[in-house]
Amino acid sequence: MDQQVAIVGVGLTPLRSVSPELSFREMIFEAATRAYADARVEPRDIDTFVCVAEDFHEGTSITDEYTPDQLGAVRRPVQTIAGDGLQGLAAAYMLVRSGAADVAVVEAHSKASNILHHEEVLALALDPTYERPWRVTPHAVAALEMRRYLHEAGVGPEVTAQVVVKNRRHALANPFAAYGANLTVEDVLRDAPLAEPLRGLEVSQYADGAVVLVLATLERARALGAQPVLIRGIGWASDEPSLSGRPWAQAVYARLASEMAYHQAGIHSPGDEIDLFEVDDTYAYKELQHLEAALLLDVGEGARLTASGRTVREGDRPVNPSGGSLGMGYGFDASALVRTAMAVLQLRGQAGPLQVPGARTAAVLSWRGVPTTTGGALVLRAV
Amino acid sequence: MPRRIRRRVAVVGAGMSLFMRRALETGKELSYYAASAALDSAGVRRQDVQAVVMATAPDAFDGIHMKGEYLSDGAGGWRKPYLRAYVGGGSGVFSIISGWSMVASGLFDIVLVVAEEKMSPTQPHPQAAFINIFDHTIERPLGPNLLWIFALEQTRYMHTYGIRNEDIALVSVKNKHNALGHPAAQLGADLTVKEVLASEVVAWPVHRLMVSPVSDGAAAIVLASEDVAKRISPRPVWVEGVGWSLDTSYWGNRDLAYPRYVEDAARMAYEMAGITEPRKQIDVVEPYDPFAYKELHHLEGLLLADRGKAPEDLANGRFDRDGELPSSPSGGLLGVGNPIAAAGLMKICELFWQLRGEAGPRQVPNNPKRGLAQAWGDLMQIGTVAILGV
Repeated sequence: MDQQVAIVGVGLTPLRSVSPELSFREMIFEAATRAYADARVEPRDIDTFVCVAEDFHEGTSITDEYTPDQLGAVRRPVQTIAGDGLQGLAAAYMLVRSGAADVAVVEAHSKASNILHHEEVLALALDPTYERPWRVTPHAVAALEMRRYLHEAGVGPEVTAQVVVKNRRHALANPFAAYGANLTVEDVLRDAPLAEPLRGLEVSQYADGAVVLVLATLERARALGAQPVLIRGIGWASDEPSLSGRPWAQAVYARLASEMAYHQAGIHSPGDEIDLFEVDDTYAYKELQHLEAALLLDVGEGARLTASGRTVREGDRPVNPSGGSLGMGYGFDASALVRTAMAVLQLRGQAGPLQVPGARTAAVLSWRGVPTTTGGALVLRAV
Repeated sequence: MPRRIRRRVAVVGAGMSLFMRRALETGKELSYYAASAALDSAGVRRQDVQAVVMATAPDAFDGIHMKGEYLSDGAGGWRKPYLRAYVGGGSGVFSIISGWSMVASGLFDIVLVVAEEKMSPTQPHPQAAFINIFDHTIERPLGPNLLWIFALEQTRYMHTYGIRNEDIALVSVKNKHNALGHPAAQLGADLTVKEVLASEVVAWPVHRLMVSPVSDGAAAIVLASEDVAKRISPRPVWVEGVGWSLDTSYWGNRDLAYPRYVEDAARMAYEMAGITEPRKQIDVVEPYDPFAYKELHHLEGLLLADRGKAPEDLANGRFDRDGELPSSPSGGLLGVGNPIAAAGLMKICELFWQLRGEAGPRQVPNNPKRGLAQAWGDLMQIGTVAILGV
């Protein structure tokens, strides 16, 4: 019998565009305090800690150095995953499943407001020999991909604008969201493009915040008296890193990650078996690509599903009822764990005005942003 | 009560590139080379690999943001679950821990673990990239570098136990001599203590020949679950125990004479491996030796020598290749080289070869059955330990 692993504690700070009053350590401390209280654990009960961080986002080399104190993890097994939030969650999940830990913590945060020009940091992720000499802004890479997607999907820019309108409206009811707004499709289409055809409003805006999740075996979760949500499947994958060799219309990494997670969860028809989706929407068109991966659809079908209006919170296939990154704010690799936290609250029935009635199963899909082709997938189920 | 681990995991292949000062190959190519060598050694094809682990230290060395993503295709991660865990200098030995958890969890049967480091792109010297590891408010204004803080630590170690620099220089003599037998080594040499102490002082009491070099290189291993390992490998080397521990960021508040975090990590690994008397139950050890004193410091933290007494044991020949507890028979970081993450995994490769009796001129006598590798990193802060056995 497989060891059942559950998320038993969730703690996050509200995402905000700036946070001059808090250091990243203080934000993490706040999120951890909330998560530990939610899971009814003390730091000493936790067997292993996973932090998610990238050096260039922190402005610190070897970020791992600055992780333990604020988590109550001094002289404990702590590791840093330089990867996506769901990859960090997977690292913690595997340690629990292996028997090496009964209770594990995963942490991610963003102090995006400390970075003056994130585009310049992102440009350093391009291949130094083949790609940097073009001196393109990383958003132009996204714009290229968007153009190819719209072309192959055979849809116009109205549908990506619709994603923006939906997610920012969803965020209005979310106390953790920084960018809730009432917009129209015309407002989005009128906005100036950053790089054709990608408009400014179609790019999620940066946010500061921290998120901490507590994982435990189901047995331990019951002993703690916490409210567990089961991890039924987790997957992640990396596709071609170079710009020249990758597919541009389809998010292959997301499809592979979803297939891996669904295989573990025994899900064959995600559209019928999953009640809500929290998928990466760093750029509006990415929600469409990622939705197609999560629903195992062909290119363009996600766009048509969105155009039909069924993906709103009140629809029969809710996508990003939290508001997603467009509505909540974009916090780099922490975004995946913020989505996960939102999905956990939904499955516990604690999502308040965001609640999707009767939600029992949720899928989370993440992406590491341009220029990467790495993402993760997670299937959660209410106990 | 020791934890019950779901599945046994074995190392079934190992390989590495040459370690050198300035490799002409890119990091992707070094990764590819080491990964291919490990796959060949295991008799496993790239398409049989279900997941890939990458270990590589600061992105600042290469100036590449999200360096793990950049290296993914070279390491064999294309369209596979690929994961980069990162604990500074401890990353090399942590990489086998990541891979171990992937297999032990039951999610994967065959995992490729690759560690790569290319320090030479940092000009004029990678030491400059280390200024950014320090606290931005209270430490960076002092302009510290690693040589200075490790000189501080060595001084504290010598002062606490009355150790002389001659006692410590002997580590360089031993390791650089051992490296003469390593085909991938960068700095094998026959030296005397006098010659080591005659090399220039880089930060007192650290002399140039007591510091590991700047290196480029990569190492890789293949891990398999018990049933697969028994099927594909004539002599699997089992991962018997793993441990890791991270101390506080505020290193200025700690007594640097003793690495307590290494002891924490060792105790975790010993418990998992069912080891109660490490000095009797470990046959060969590869402690982390980026600086000469660190090997002694770590042997004490691993409970393989009494506190402050490792230099005496060294002088008595206990840690020689034919001694009671051979230490760094590979030649260690001082002799083979120190491409940071790759150097840690090189130590795991060495145990793989030693325990299979395949270490050639470096082979320690009496058929060792169990070995321990350890790495250390961050701000004198993390210990990572893996115990392998046949």
